[in-house]
Amino acid sequence: MGNLLKIQNGETIKRSAIPCVSFNRFAELLAHFISDDGYIVQFFAFVEGGKNRLLAVVRNKDLYVLSTEVGEDFPSFTASCSEKFHMFEREIAEQYGITPLNHPWLKMVRYHANYRNVPDVFGNNYQEEIPGNYPYFQVEGEAIHEVAVGPVHAGIIEPGHFRFQCAGEEVFSLEIQLGYQHRGIENLLTGVPLKRLPVICESIAGDTSIGHNLCCCQALESLAGLSVDPGSRIVRSIALELERIANHIGDLGALSGDVAFNPPAAYFGRIRGEFLNLLQVLSGNRFGKSLVLPGGVSKIMNAEQAKIIEGKLKELEPELRHVCDLLFTAHTVQARFEHTGTVSKQMAEDLGLVGYCGRASGIEYDARVSFPTEAHDPLPVNRNEMTNGDVYSRAMVRQEEIVHSMHLIRTLLNRSGEPSSKTTMQEMSLEPDAFVVTINEGWRGELSHCLLTDVSGKIVRYKVKDPSFHNWTGLAMALRNQEISDFPLCNKSFNLSYCGFDL
Amino acid sequence: MLKIIRNRIEQGCKTTPYPKEPINLYERYRGLPIINSDCDPSIISLCEAVCPQDAILGREKKIDLGKCTFCGRCENVSEGAFVTFSQDFGMGTATREALISDGTLPALAEHAKKHFRKLFGRSLQLRQVSAAGCNACEADTNVLGTPFFDLARFGIDFVASPRHADGIHVTGPISKNMRSALITTYEAVPSPKVVIAAGSCSISGGPFFGSPEILGDLNSIIPVDLFIPGCPPHPLTTLHALLNFFK
Repeated sequence: MGNLLKIQNGETIKRSAIPCVSFNRFAELLAHFISDDGYIVQFFAFVEGGKNRLLAVVRNKDLYVLSTEVGEDFPSFTASCSEKFHMFEREIAEQYGITPLNHPWLKMVRYHANYRNVPDVFGNNYQEEIPGNYPYFQVEGEAIHEVAVGPVHAGIIEPGHFRFQCAGEEVFSLEIQLGYQHRGIENLLTGVPLKRLPVICESIAGDTSIGHNLCCCQALESLAGLSVDPGSRIVRSIALELERIANHIGDLGALSGDVAFNPPAAYFGRIRGEFLNLLQVLSGNRFGKSLVLPGGVSKIMNAEQAKIIEGKLKELEPELRHVCDLLFTAHTVQARFEHTGTVSKQMAEDLGLVGYCGRASGIEYDARVSFPTEAHDPLPVNRNEMTNGDVYSRAMVRQEEIVHSMHLIRTLLNRSGEPSSKTTMQEMSLEPDAFVVTINEGWRGELSHCLLTDVSGKIVRYKVKDPSFHNWTGLAMALRNQEISDFPLCNKSFNLSYCGFDL
Repeated sequence: MLKIIRNRIEQGCKTTPYPKEPINLYERYRGLPIINSDCDPSIISLCEAVCPQDAILGREKKIDLGKCTFCGRCENVSEGAFVTFSQDFGMGTATREALISDGTLPALAEHAKKHFRKLFGRSLQLRQVSAAGCNACEADTNVLGTPFFDLARFGIDFVASPRHADGIHVTGPISKNMRSALITTYEAVPSPKVVIAAGSCSISGGPFFGSPEILGDLNSIIPVDLFIPGCPPHPLTTLHALLNFFK
């Protein structure tokens, strides 16, 4: 692979080992890699010695890293190579004021001033409140009307703005403008004492507490040289799967509700709570917050907790099977789910969709298989049967993953005799001048955290990527030529994170 | 149709008898802390040092439940010598000061703001505003609508429009980017209205305290009537607070 450096998930390497090539070489290598079935894991900017650097972590079957130096602008990869770069380049422009030239839709991502205090790429005045002065996609014509929704929505849901261009019921274009949830997490993570990091990462997206915090703790463990005992790894893997099951069940319930089929909506809603309670049995918190710490877990799993989890799985498994059958065999449900919000495999590949959104369109990638962590290494793999890319497929994939995850938990429980001890937050000194990237398959898909430390071992750049960062564009494309009344259904079938995107 | 009936029979009635009967949460759940005020000061300092939220006031021997995320590190590190967390989920308060607690909280039901009960005791319609919440608070508020909690049986509902609401229920540390939408929503609610701050984020900024991108304290923007601590508050904490404050 020429100058691309192959790395392992969660492996600490010296920053000096990251190849830094000329921009032309960078562009050539990256374009070649991405067009040959390669995907972007991370692509971000940082400042080193007063110079702007771009760093890319990319994957095919393996993981690679590459960097280059740029000035105040660089030719856009979105324009010349692939749509996969689209949001990443907008983020670079917003965070560091570096302009990707000829970017087809250069617009802010989250609405905040850049980190370098240089003139704003978008000409925004951040003293003004969002929504500021920025353009939306326009469709012109006498029969066209525009529908604006949000940021505050009708349900108990996070804020975001949706702008539809419609002809009658039909949506020609949907543009999704987020940023309302921006909390400045990446900067916060570099400035606070290490003891705060797990607590902050658990709240990047509360429904992915375990997933994001695993990424954080694995990175800190790697940088500080901490080891984790096998028993704790099992607890972490079980927690990750419980999180996945609870969220998938919740979404199946919400999908039932969106097509006004209330019995399964009520049943799924209640069963989801049972799985959150299992996380509470493990950790004391229904979202598993506080469970994962650098070096292990705050609570070990004794025979008592293992028995409760096993008992509940046994009780809920047939109930779930029956309620899923009720949902998926109802004609009214099929009529609404099938051929709605279809994302073709080609489109999914072009956009680089991950997680169940990608798998429902036929992209098999699952980070638990490609870059396994914790106790996931030798576990059986899931296969998805329905990959048409519509709402039905995205719902079906959830069902398959619920069944698979329950199987994984049972397998892990059988191994739960492994030694483990509880961990408290400890003082750590991080490897100086180092780089680490961690990847986990959160319930929405590929999560990744990337850390860079300076000569004193202080974190100078903390980059977080939630799978939603890839997938929101997928939702926008799914709505093309759909009826606007199908939007809630499509939205729920993706169920992306607003705060995970907005950070 | 037969499938619906079969599932209905299998599911049965799952609604909790709470509040008529008490409900016990699993022992690992961390609710209202019990503070040992006779604890050795060196152990208290240890707890203070390990707290990610700076929520422990060592000299006063108190915990600020508005900042606390109930992570349990202080209990772990002191082996319970200074703090142990009870399974008491009833933690709502009517004032911010009351959350700075020595392990006790004033009884919510006896609070002077009984006029809320008169106004909204029979029917309370709330508009939820997520102002940069991480979706954990939102999810555990949504859960109140599921059959187990069945919030509607108490005459309490979450509604789609602020115009239909008697108040707002706010989660999240209030990002700068949500400030104006939050205030617009508040203003759209007809008076008299009630404001509920749910979760450590809306009370103190929660895990994000110190970030320049958030405002971090709902009470500094609009007057808060009811504070519900937690990260996120357990659904029963929210239910307990709503029932005791309004019913």
